Amino acid sequence: MTDAIVIHVPADSAARSVGADALARAVHAHATKNDWPLDLRRPGSRGLYWLEPLMEVEVDGKRVAFGPLSPAELDGLIDTNGRADPSHRAYLGPVDDIPALARQRRLTFERVGVIEPLALDQYERHGGFGGLRKAAAMSPQEIIDEVKVSGLRGRGGAAFPTGIKWQTVLDTPSEQKYVVCNADEGDSGTFADRMIMESDPYLLLEGMAIAGMATGATRGLIYLRAEYPQAIATMNDAIVRATDAGWLGGDILQSGRAFTCEVRVAAGSYICGEETAMLESLEGKRGMVRFRPPLPAVKGLFGQPTVVNNVISLATVPTILARGAQHYQNFGSGDSRGTLTLQLAGNVARGGLYELPFGITLREVIEDLGGGTASGRPVRAVQAGGPLGAFIPPAHFDTPMDYEAFKQIGGMLGHGGLVVFDDRTDMGALARFAMEFCAIESCGKCTPCRIGARRGVEVIDRIRAGDNAPANRELLGDLCQTMIDGSLCALGGMAPFPVQSVLEHFSEDL
Amino acid sequence: MSEHVNHIRRLATEHAQVDGALLPILHAVQSAIGYLPQETAATVADVLNLSRADVHGVITFYHLFRTTEPGKHTLYMCRAEACQSMGANALADHVRDKLSIDWHETTSDGRVSLEPIYCLGNCACAPAVMVDTTLHGRVTADRLDEILD
Repeated sequence: MTDAIVIHVPADSAARSVGADALARAVHAHATKNDWPLDLRRPGSRGLYWLEPLMEVEVDGKRVAFGPLSPAELDGLIDTNGRADPSHRAYLGPVDDIPALARQRRLTFERVGVIEPLALDQYERHGGFGGLRKAAAMSPQEIIDEVKVSGLRGRGGAAFPTGIKWQTVLDTPSEQKYVVCNADEGDSGTFADRMIMESDPYLLLEGMAIAGMATGATRGLIYLRAEYPQAIATMNDAIVRATDAGWLGGDILQSGRAFTCEVRVAAGSYICGEETAMLESLEGKRGMVRFRPPLPAVKGLFGQPTVVNNVISLATVPTILARGAQHYQNFGSGDSRGTLTLQLAGNVARGGLYELPFGITLREVIEDLGGGTASGRPVRAVQAGGPLGAFIPPAHFDTPMDYEAFKQIGGMLGHGGLVVFDDRTDMGALARFAMEFCAIESCGKCTPCRIGARRGVEVIDRIRAGDNAPANRELLGDLCQTMIDGSLCALGGMAPFPVQSVLEHFSEDL
Repeated sequence: MSEHVNHIRRLATEHAQVDGALLPILHAVQSAIGYLPQETAATVADVLNLSRADVHGVITFYHLFRTTEPGKHTLYMCRAEACQSMGANALADHVRDKLSIDWHETTSDGRVSLEPIYCLGNCACAPAVMVDTTLHGRVTADRLDEILD
C-alpha cells in the first residue's frame, strides 16, 4: 500500500464537544502504531449530531462513515489495504447514502462537513466564489433583481424579502453604506449560523461581498455572539485569508467595487439579536431597541443605509447567483421559496441540521427524520422559532413547514429551530421560563416588556401555587395581550406567545 | 487596584480609533485582566471622551461583562429550552449542590465561577456546558464531575 489513507474527523465545536478531538488523536496514534500513511482532515460536521463523533474514510474515492465512534473502537476498522470493515459496529456505509442525509436538499449547506473550513482551494473547487464572480460582472440592480426573483426571505425569523431590503439600501444615496451580518444566534434550538461560520466561513463572506456589490456598501461587520468562540476564531482567520487572496478588499475581481469585513464580538445580550439593538451595540452603546421608522435600510449603522441580514440569508445568496434564481425558486411551498435550514434539537433521537424544501410537515420532521424523542417517551410539545415561539401540541403536527402555515396555527418558523419535549415536561414551568427569560433580557426601553415580564413571572407563580388561580389566569391573559399590543419590539411583543400556547393547549399544567 | 489603570488606558488607546470602540475595548480589558476592574469605567470614559455613566451603563447592560474577579475557571451552564428538555435543570441543581455556590458565584477556593448562559448552539447535543472556551455536549452529572475534577 502506497497511497495515504484519507480520514475525515469533524472539527465543528459540537462534534468536538462529544469527543471528536480525542478520536482524531486516536486515529493519529493508531496510524503511527500500525505504520499507515495517514492523511487526516478536519472538515466541519455533516450536522447528523446523533452520529457524532462521525469519522469518514475515503475508499475508492467514496467517503464511508462510521459513527458514533469512540477511540477504543478503531482496532480492525481499517485493514492493511485501507479497506473499511463493513461488519464494524459503527459502520454506516457511504456517507451520502445515510438516509438522513440522502433525504435532504442541501443548497446552502452543500459544502458543510465536506470541505475543510479554511482551505480556500477546497472552497473554490467545490463551487465557492461562483456567486461572487457572477455578481462582479452584474450591475447592482441586476443582482438585486436576481435575489428578488429567487423569493429569498430573511432567515433570521422575520421572513422579510431580502431583495426588497437591498433595493431600499441601493436607492438611498450615501457616501458610506454598511452590510451588517446578524450572527447573534441567540434562540435556543438553533445552530445553523454557527455551523456555517465554523464549517464554511467563506460562504458567509462571499454572501456579504455580494450584498455590498448590490447595494454600494463597502464595509461589512459580523456581529457574532461571544458564546461562539470557535466561530469567532474561524471567521477572523477566514477574513485574513480571503483578504490576502483578493476576495475581499479594494477592487474585488476587477469589478471596481471594494468590500472589507470585520468581526465584532457581542457580549451575551439576547436583545442584541434584534436588528436595531444590534446597531446600537455596534455603535458602542447599550443594546436598546430603536423606534422604527426610520428603517435600518435608510438610517442604520451610524445613521447610514445598512443591510442587516441573518447569516443564513447571506449564505444563501451565493448559491442563488451561481445557479440562478429560478433554480432556487423551484424549491419550496407557497410564498416560502427555496430551502429551510431546519435545526432539530432538544429531546429528539436524531437531532441535527436538516436542509429541506419548505412544505414538509412537522410530523414528518419529528417522527420520520427525528425518530421521536431521545428518551423514547411520547412527544408532548415542540417549540418552534426559539424562546418567543409557541409550544405546538401533537394535534397540530400535520402543519406544513412554511411561514404562512405556521402563522395560521399561532406559531412561527423563526430561524428554523425546533425543540422537542417529552411527556414528562412541566409546561407551566416552561411558560414561567418564557416570562423569566424576557425579564432577564429586556432592554428596558418600553414598559410592557420591562415591567410586564416581571409581573408575568409573579402571576404564573401565583397560579402555580393555587392562589386564586382562575382570576390570575384571566389576569395573565390580559397581561399577555398588553405586552403583545404595546411592546416596542419582538421580545416583549412575542414572549407572551409561548405563555398563551400553554394556556390554550396545556391548560392542565397552568 | 490602581495597578490596572495604566494597562486599561493602554488597551483603550489601542482600540480608540475603531468605530464604536467601546465594546471592543471592554472585551480587550476583560480578556487581558479577566474582568472589568472598578477603575475601568473612569479610565475608558476618559480615553473615549464619554461620561463615566455611559461606560458604566454599557458594562452593566451586557451579561458577559463581569466586574468581579472570576475563579480560575468559569463554568457556563446552558439554561435554555433545548437543554432544559434534556435535564439541564437537574444538572444545574447537582452542580450548585456539589460546588456549594449559586449562579454568578465563585467557589471559596477560587477555582470555579458558575454562570448561567442562554444557548451555546449545541442544542442537538444537549445538555451543554462550556468550561472557559471548551464546549461539552450530552453532559451527565458523572461526566460533569469528571470535567470539574
